[in-house]
Amino acid sequence: MNAPIHLQDNGLLRFMTCGSVDDGKSTLIGRLLFDTKTILEDTLTQIERTSKKRGMEAVDLSLLTDGLQAEREQGITIDVAYRYFSTGTRKYIIADAPGHEQYTRNMVTAASTANLAIILIDARKGVLTQTRRHSFLAHLVGIPHILVAVNKMDLVDYDQATFDRIRADYLAFAEQIGLQRQGHDIRFIPMSALNGDMIVDRGEDMDWYTGPTLLEILEAAPAAHTEKAENFRFPVQYVCRPQDSANPELHDFRGFMGRVESGEIAVGDEVTVLPSGRSSKVKAIQLGSDKLDRAIHEQSVTILLQDEIDISRGDMIVKSSEAKEPVKQIDAMLCWLSETPLSPARTYIIRHTSRESKAKIGAIEYRVDVNTLEQQPVQGLGMNDIAKISFRLAQPLCVDRYADNRATGAFIVIDESTNNTVAAGMID
Amino acid sequence: MTTLTRQTLSHLDWLEAEAIHIMREVAGQCERPVLLFSGGKDSICMLRIAEKAFRPGKFPFPLMHIDTGHNYKEVVEFRDKRAAELGERLIVRSVEDSMKRGTVVLKHEGESRNKHQSVTLLEAIEEFGFDACIGGARRDEEKARAKERIMSFRDEFGQWDPKNQRPELWNLYNARVHKGENIRAFPISNWTEMDVWQYIEREGLELPSIYFAHQRNIVMRGGAIFPVNVPLATGEIINQPKADEEIVNMQVRFRTVGDITCTAPVPSDADNVAKIVLETATTTITERGATRLDDQTSEASMEQRKKEGYF
Repeated sequence: MNAPIHLQDNGLLRFMTCGSVDDGKSTLIGRLLFDTKTILEDTLTQIERTSKKRGMEAVDLSLLTDGLQAEREQGITIDVAYRYFSTGTRKYIIADAPGHEQYTRNMVTAASTANLAIILIDARKGVLTQTRRHSFLAHLVGIPHILVAVNKMDLVDYDQATFDRIRADYLAFAEQIGLQRQGHDIRFIPMSALNGDMIVDRGEDMDWYTGPTLLEILEAAPAAHTEKAENFRFPVQYVCRPQDSANPELHDFRGFMGRVESGEIAVGDEVTVLPSGRSSKVKAIQLGSDKLDRAIHEQSVTILLQDEIDISRGDMIVKSSEAKEPVKQIDAMLCWLSETPLSPARTYIIRHTSRESKAKIGAIEYRVDVNTLEQQPVQGLGMNDIAKISFRLAQPLCVDRYADNRATGAFIVIDESTNNTVAAGMID
Repeated sequence: MTTLTRQTLSHLDWLEAEAIHIMREVAGQCERPVLLFSGGKDSICMLRIAEKAFRPGKFPFPLMHIDTGHNYKEVVEFRDKRAAELGERLIVRSVEDSMKRGTVVLKHEGESRNKHQSVTLLEAIEEFGFDACIGGARRDEEKARAKERIMSFRDEFGQWDPKNQRPELWNLYNARVHKGENIRAFPISNWTEMDVWQYIEREGLELPSIYFAHQRNIVMRGGAIFPVNVPLATGEIINQPKADEEIVNMQVRFRTVGDITCTAPVPSDADNVAKIVLETATTTITERGATRLDDQTSEASMEQRKKEGYF
């Protein structure tokens, strides 16, 4: 048998926090970890010691998220850090990204795996340029749930009018970039991370707010892939052919191993293999020694087919009714991640699911200014630039629009000379 | 046997599926990977994940242990037994051989060999031409690991440069390397100590006996429980108490098993996995804080060791 069913296991939620130290982002994360009892005594003792050393009176919860030596020396965050906590009913992975403009690439990285973004606003300052930038990026990378957290309410006397005004400002801006129109769910919460109001506990100073606390919102947020019906997409990672095994039953075993990136599949379903276009039926689905009758999104399984078809790594198994023509040209929003600028004449490698293809730049249509959202004509791209761009491919890829499918609509660009990942793309 | 899956994966199912996906990416992208297996709890979980990822085939990589020569014999025996049960090849390379070759020089006889594993690991990588090492490190273990990639790039000297790591987006991993460079892949990056114990419980995984409560002679040294007079598989006895130290017999278990000279047990009466899960849920000390004597030297010591090629 497979695992016993854990009652009350609401799975796992990945979310990100956008904001700078000044907005109280580190304090918010520290507060979440502290109030969910994730912080243990020795860690607390250590940050108490550091707080004292730096001449602070109270324990500085933001020290909990201090990372590397280099960052501690400079007092800033320069890379995405991952933190974990659990409420007993749900496990959380926080992607903690620095908020400054020069770290657009870190925000995009953190956003790529998040299903919810907490956008922090300082109640004293309201909607700022960086708020717009964070919201645009969260929207670009397709995070379905946006939680606007108006923090430092203690510094504006917990004033409801301030909160209402910031909400109205934000909604006006959201309208401008089409956040809600495009199906994003936007919520607002007033809080004080410093005092712990509306994080896990409600506190006593904001009775006018009757909505859920931050943790209640997180506990109820839908996990990835659960909100709309998606097409079945199964990129083959590895083919298992244990012919040399002593077991004669395995002589004809051909297992196609991969992860269901979206949708679901059941034994007996008709499938098509892309790009070859050959069809068969699912004979069996296995996970270890368990035989499954179906597999759902995000499950790693082995699929056996009824007919002998030549399939290798990089091919994609789809339901025959949901098959699409592979393409050799793509249009995409691209975020350039590398310090080495894009060189339009060069050939790059695109990695899409488990498949790679050489790619040449077609045209750079425009660059987006992440602060003004203005579209500008541009010749080349540098680090943190976001642009609409087209590629010509040497190999056909089985793509979906990123707006329809965050797994099969995404790709990375690799520079063959250094093997570095130099860009992230979202197919239009 | 048919199992019905639900609409959303449980957190353990999700973590397992992610880890399987990562292992298959390593197998699909790299030419000569190796899985580091010490006989410890994290690497025991990794073997179960590898079974789910690749059976009924053989693993597309051998197992390897870098042995300091100062490992608990219960763990070494378990390591050999488990590899044999799985029918997979186990490579053991020892720090003592590096010492004989003169590539590892201890500052003094009593110095812990733990950090010197890096040298032996790099020598083994070169000997076999491995382009990827799959390890059981977790991001929750230590600050310097919180920013570690799932596929972490090391240059030809095995060095980790925190400022020069490849961006890692979605689940699109880039394990490409040039000759001599390699990738350290961490399939259980997103697991916590609690997840590991819950997985061991769910899968009914067998563990070396010293993970469970047992009686042991210890002394208190530098505020930590220090096991003394520990017999090695060779019959040698290590961790001699100092003349002024009082030996106490205490009921303890290990939360992490590493080099005997730098791994401390914790007081515990948890003699089965269910009790350990409960204890893990209520403990007030972090895994490394309680048990790793080598990490307490400086706040940044793990970061330093990683830069030098440590796992």
